Amino acid sequence: MTIVTSLLPIDVTLGVITYWLLLAFAGLLLQNTRTITRVIFPAGAIGALVLAAAALSGLGGPVNVAMLPLGLPDLPFHLRMDSLSSFFMLLLGAASIGISLYSAGYFRDYAGNKLGLLCFEYHIFLAAMALVFLADDAYLFMVAWETMALSSYFLVTTNHSIPDTRRAGFIYLLIAHVGAIAILMCFGVMQGGHGDYTFATMRNAHLTEFWASVTFLLALFGFGAKAGIVPLHVWLPEAHPAAPSPISAMMSGIMLKTAIYGILRVTFDLIDVQLWWWGALALTLGLITALFGVIFAAVQTDMKRLLAYSSIENIGIILVGIGLTLTFHVFHKDGVAALALTATLYHALNHAFMKGLLFLGTGSVLHATGERELGKLGGLIHPMPKLALLVLVGALAIAGLPPLNGFVSEWLMLQAFLLSPGLPHSYLNMLVPIAAAALVLASALAGYVMVKFYGVIFLGQPREEKFEDAHDIGIWERLGLGWLALGSILLGIFPVFVILLIDPVTQMMVGHTLGHSAAQTGWLWLTPLEPGRASYSPLILFLIVVVGVIFTMLAVKKYYHGRLRHGPAWDCGFPEQTARMQDTAEGFGQPIRQIFEPFFGVTRIVPTPFDKHPHYRGESRDRIWDYAYLPIAWITEKLSALVGRLQHGRTHIYLLYSFLTLLALLAFIR
Amino acid sequence: MENFSGQLINLFAALLLLIAFGMLSQRRVLSLINLFALQGLVLSVSTAVVAYTSHQNHLYYSAALTLVLKVLILPWILHRLIRKLNVKWDVETLINIPTTMLVGIALVVFAFNLAAPISLMAGTITKSSLGIAMASVLLSFLMMITRSKAVPQVIGFLAMENGLFFAATSATYGMPMVVELGIALDVLVGMFILGIFFFQIRETFDSLDLKHMEKLKEE
Repeated sequence: MTIVTSLLPIDVTLGVITYWLLLAFAGLLLQNTRTITRVIFPAGAIGALVLAAAALSGLGGPVNVAMLPLGLPDLPFHLRMDSLSSFFMLLLGAASIGISLYSAGYFRDYAGNKLGLLCFEYHIFLAAMALVFLADDAYLFMVAWETMALSSYFLVTTNHSIPDTRRAGFIYLLIAHVGAIAILMCFGVMQGGHGDYTFATMRNAHLTEFWASVTFLLALFGFGAKAGIVPLHVWLPEAHPAAPSPISAMMSGIMLKTAIYGILRVTFDLIDVQLWWWGALALTLGLITALFGVIFAAVQTDMKRLLAYSSIENIGIILVGIGLTLTFHVFHKDGVAALALTATLYHALNHAFMKGLLFLGTGSVLHATGERELGKLGGLIHPMPKLALLVLVGALAIAGLPPLNGFVSEWLMLQAFLLSPGLPHSYLNMLVPIAAAALVLASALAGYVMVKFYGVIFLGQPREEKFEDAHDIGIWERLGLGWLALGSILLGIFPVFVILLIDPVTQMMVGHTLGHSAAQTGWLWLTPLEPGRASYSPLILFLIVVVGVIFTMLAVKKYYHGRLRHGPAWDCGFPEQTARMQDTAEGFGQPIRQIFEPFFGVTRIVPTPFDKHPHYRGESRDRIWDYAYLPIAWITEKLSALVGRLQHGRTHIYLLYSFLTLLALLAFIR
Repeated sequence: MENFSGQLINLFAALLLLIAFGMLSQRRVLSLINLFALQGLVLSVSTAVVAYTSHQNHLYYSAALTLVLKVLILPWILHRLIRKLNVKWDVETLINIPTTMLVGIALVVFAFNLAAPISLMAGTITKSSLGIAMASVLLSFLMMITRSKAVPQVIGFLAMENGLFFAATSATYGMPMVVELGIALDVLVGMFILGIFFFQIRETFDSLDLKHMEKLKEE
């Protein structure tokens, strides 16, 4: 018993990391599909459970520090586990339990050698993410960060025989590295010439306003590249469809949050001054990202691409929260800052569960039907009722419907906007209501997107006959999806407990907590600041909804004819109806495409009326790709062609180059 | 005595520069090798004179090393090489010889200009010859650039090392013995490796003309 109590959370965490690394190598050595799916992935899930428990006990506990004599000589790895890292560790552990369990079922058809490699990369990826949260010096942070980027690159390119996958992987790797360079420079600025790269030194260093701003901008760029902030989002819609679904779930649900962690860590912990315009910038960028993401999600026809854009939207919302927190914190409105930060962290946690759930759901759909195009799916609720139910939870949650978790965090975020007292800055005062309106628009559109996602895949009639006997999910998938769905429900129904969990983090970051005011009227009612203004009780709402539904059903049964009638879905009284007459994904997204036409580069191929075999095609392009990335590629190509002209292949010319360099240098030192 | 040996050293330095120009204008590979050997000999004798005048005994070893390596071994290897490769003639230069000479004169002016402040600081007897040493380095480099065949390029490379050696002697009475031994070994090994490369190049391109190597560049 003494051994158990004397174990610090950081020791347990290190133990889990080592355990994951061992599992990784075990998978690599075994290369046996049956063992890997039945033993190693569930074992990884147990590790994740232990990690989550350790993180839970680390939240609010004393700060743990450790030093590992690994790495370069005289440059040991510094580790530190405080409330912020514990919170994100909890996110990692809790969400990856579900994903690992699901993987145990999902990968059952993979060949042994391929799966061995995948299992290796998967567990390395997990361990690297945990190390990112644990790192307390720039050196270990970058090592873990790059390990994370590389392992996820190899996971994305699991099916590397497909050219599109290789292309997606390349874009991902490129943007990840551009971001990593910015992060490295950010750390370089923060150490302020001491040459000491531990975070402890950075905390104590004082930066001038200019250098602090440079640091913040570098951090925002570097971590933004990983998070997918517009215009650095281009890798998300490419990489997510390319990767196997559990990997997409992991990257979207958890890995994007490492970037959020990085921004929070640098901005609130490592830099000692904050400026108000940082908050305004983050707020604006976040809003653009959220709106951009959700609008593009609405017009997608590939279900995983749709979810990728939805991830961009959610990252935008989280960034809005960070911006709000920063602004309030700078103006010493710490109560509201704590509210905004709570909403931010809450949403990050929620997104890990709901997006994980949805991506895993698409994995099962893909597995059963082999189809990713929304235009070909449909009616899957009949052959796959269990999957449909679980995915419904995720879809409702991400659409922000009470009593699920997505509602709570978005509601808290809006409360932070609405309760924002007059800020001592007129532009900011104008920006805040606009931002609140834009956020509501994004949330509403997110609902629209989810109606499309769920409706087109699961409802209606199957668009292809072969889907009618698609097999439902197995036990492992059910366990994984069930865990995430359960998480989404619990996080939605007991928000007060979650806020109490987040409290130590807000205490550490902005010096104020929300817990005592949130719980002032008991755990049943969530009151962000004071009961007179706004409060919300998900459980009571849930019960009312349930009771209402039951009473309506009973009333309908009693006073209507009381018979249950089965008929074709969405029949609308047509005598003859086929699956092709249903609303399609393109059709459903069409209004959005019309309204936001200037955002897209739309190309349409419309058949003539006399065409015997008409084909309609509409494609929406991301304009940012054309305006921001292609010029860079073009300039790079031109410049490298110029440089290429230096290379003649003649030894004499090369000698001449060094000769001229020598002369120039000699003349210079003269 | 001081004065006399100072004059002597200056004479050798002038000879060195003259030989460097001679190498620059020489078209025949065979004569080029002989000039190279002559340069080595001048270098060796001048080093010995410096050693005698300044009582720096380790310079005697340097002189002996130079004599053995640069007057005997390297020219012998080169002679064997060109006999085996059957390339006694070299008629092709990329820039015509008078132009090369004019460029060479400009380089000498540059080198003297460059060496002037360093000579002021150096307290050695040989300080005035530093400019010549640098000039001969630059001239050898120029020779490497203007020759299209592989063997003259290598000779240019070796002659450059001669210039460097002379510069070291004139500025600071030579480098430490260990460094000098190391450089001598490097030159020898480099020569062997380049000799092997010659055969490889000829086997691949049927010629020692380096312009064929342009094909190697990526399109």
